[in-house]
Amino acid sequence: MFDWLHFAADRNIARQRALTYKGGLMRHTISVLVENKFGVLARIAELFSGRGYNIDTLNVAPTLDAKLSRMTIVTRGDDATLEQIIKQLNKLVNVVQIQDFREGQYVDRELILLKVKADSKARSEIMQICDIFRAKIVDVQQRELSIEITGTEDKLEKFLQLMDPFGIVDITRTGKVAMPRQTKTAAASEAMGVRSQH
Amino acid sequence: MTKKTETKTKPAQAAPAAPPAAARTTGPGRPMKGAEIVVECLEREGVEVIFGYPGGASLELHQALTRSKKIRTILPRHEQGGAFAAGGYARASGKVGVCMSTSGPGATNLVSGIADAYMDSVPVVAITGQVPQAMIGKTSFQETDVFGLTLPVVKHSYLVTDLADLPRIVKEAFYVARTGRPGPVVIDVPKNIQQSTTQPVFPTEVHLPGYNPSPCADDLDAKLAEMAGLIEKSERPVIYCGGGIISSGAHKELLEFAEKTQIPVTTTLMGIGGFPETHPLSLKWLGMHGTVYANWAVENADLLIALGVRFDDRVTGNVKSFCKHGMIVHIDIDPSEINKNKPANLAAVADARLALQRLNKIARAPSHKFAKWRAAIGEQKAKFPFRYKVTDEARHNLYVHDLLKDDETRIIMPQFVIQELCALTKGDAIITTGVGQHQMWSGQYYDFTAPRTFITSGGLGAMGFGYPAAIGAKVARPDKEVIDIDGDGSFMMNVHELATAHIERIAAKAIILNNQHLGMVVQWEDRFYQGVRGNTYLGDPRNPHQIYPNYMQIAQGFGVPAERVVFKRDVRPALERMLASNEPYVLDVIVPFTEHVLPMIPAGKGFNDIITE
Repeated sequence: MFDWLHFAADRNIARQRALTYKGGLMRHTISVLVENKFGVLARIAELFSGRGYNIDTLNVAPTLDAKLSRMTIVTRGDDATLEQIIKQLNKLVNVVQIQDFREGQYVDRELILLKVKADSKARSEIMQICDIFRAKIVDVQQRELSIEITGTEDKLEKFLQLMDPFGIVDITRTGKVAMPRQTKTAAASEAMGVRSQH
Repeated sequence: MTKKTETKTKPAQAAPAAPPAAARTTGPGRPMKGAEIVVECLEREGVEVIFGYPGGASLELHQALTRSKKIRTILPRHEQGGAFAAGGYARASGKVGVCMSTSGPGATNLVSGIADAYMDSVPVVAITGQVPQAMIGKTSFQETDVFGLTLPVVKHSYLVTDLADLPRIVKEAFYVARTGRPGPVVIDVPKNIQQSTTQPVFPTEVHLPGYNPSPCADDLDAKLAEMAGLIEKSERPVIYCGGGIISSGAHKELLEFAEKTQIPVTTTLMGIGGFPETHPLSLKWLGMHGTVYANWAVENADLLIALGVRFDDRVTGNVKSFCKHGMIVHIDIDPSEINKNKPANLAAVADARLALQRLNKIARAPSHKFAKWRAAIGEQKAKFPFRYKVTDEARHNLYVHDLLKDDETRIIMPQFVIQELCALTKGDAIITTGVGQHQMWSGQYYDFTAPRTFITSGGLGAMGFGYPAAIGAKVARPDKEVIDIDGDGSFMMNVHELATAHIERIAAKAIILNNQHLGMVVQWEDRFYQGVRGNTYLGDPRNPHQIYPNYMQIAQGFGVPAERVVFKRDVRPALERMLASNEPYVLDVIVPFTEHVLPMIPAGKGFNDIITE
């Protein structure tokens, strides 16, 4: 049986580089803690578009503190661009904290829902691959399977490669979500605590 | 209840540092409409004047303003004029300027003024009426998404969605606008919020977890010590300072620093007035149309001390070759300016004034006091002063030729007018400008010695800025002579503000350097496009011998005295008459269009490409 952990350890370094340096530019994962205020997503989107920065993926959802949301942004750029992105984000009044994640300091996942062509012949093979990748079949139709899979970028890329020959009909992805291995948000939450007393 | 009303008209603002307890009593005691709350908040912020143009979605606010005894409401004749006037007020006074408009077209007309304040870091609060909340998103009459519209050009913005938030929002808006690196803040107030009633609670403090405009980073002292070491080791240092000197009020500290260390000082266009230009250490300003010697000094410097500047392309030209032989030390209040356009060898995030105060305690000049370096710069100064001459080309302009009637030795050169004005006002007036050649000449030929006396749209470069900004500046500084040196193109863009000045009795003067052309574009056409005129002629092509339009008649229509000056000998008496007037005044000075602003470093080029002829 295929061992995912073994596969992960054995992954092709060149391919990973290609992912990291997509388009010749370094990819970065930035976590942005924002106040849940009117228009905050528009501000951040405008900052990126207005200054010509790239967004590869963007994920936003509330945190434990209902007054704060966390965004995970995957962006590309050279070091100078990234320095500017972080500094410009910092200037936004509604941005409470920014973390630029470096390799190994954080855990990250993405969730994908995809619909694959699956007639009766292909179905079992697809299910077998899903098993190996710990993906879930969430819906079965006569000629299609809907699959949910969670994992790191490498794992998902590999899974999509394997699904490709069957025919991917539709796909929707959350974009990367990330969290530091060590927490640094305590200070920020405290700051918000002070605020909520008023 | 009536007693409480009394408290409202005399709010705690009378004494700026009123005890918080007193400030709170006005609130819960008396139910107020949203519009009244806005006005009360403005009074509490110490606002003395608003430039506001009413409309359907903001008339509630104007109604409330009629009951204010503290705030003067000035009606501009176009919202853009109002926004520029608020900017001019803020630039001249250092206080927050306030402008107001209705929803939709009123708000869109404000945008240029907001963008100008953003580019030049000017504290402005722009209040816009918005359609009622229930109508938002329905493409209602005069509805625009003001929040979205202004997003790229504000420091921060608010759409008020809850009446209870109003006092907090206004307080935050003023705080954000004036602290740190100043900038414009927009407050969009839906009409139903203005009309509904509540018992407001006015906060006494601001809590913004994501905004901490600290005057310096923790490592400032260490950085400054390193900087002081670099100064002692350097042989050819130059101070390059900008708008940060003016907005932080660091001009005295800068003078002390320069005199103590004997380092020459050049400013940016925005920094003009931050260092006295009559001082022996002054190199006036640098960049595209700056002095040869300032640009030469930066080109040859081994240490560039950059204070409150952003390495704008109009200063650096080709940013790679800018100051290529020198170490760059950069101090700015905005961390994002560090390494943005030009990497710094040593950088500190700090308020310019604070940094200079501390630096003055530790910095010393080396024993040679840069004598050789200053002498070398002195040679450049002697060799390349600002200069102009009367060319045959100038004398043969059609309209000039006709007006002079063969007495062409008496032609008026635009630079001469500014020199004369400088002499007559002893360099003590507040000068505002439009954008173009006249703007550059104003910077070149007027000697500024005090901060907040040169008011110009530097970053945005907004034509039409000059006259409304002069109105704002005159309101802020009624004690000063305020003169808009303008071009005929720029002046025309907000010419209607003559009505504001006349009706409100604001004695802002205007000198139009009238060359019947968009002079700066003409200059580029001459230099880079073989002189092909692409819509740069402002006169009447069917009658090029006459001056068009007739500014005498226009001014007369507005009830503003005006005169036209054609001969050189009339310049000084006309300026004297203008200066003697205690009401708005227009001086239409006919100048040739053939003059170029020199020196010039073409866009994107370096010092070696400088044009002096």
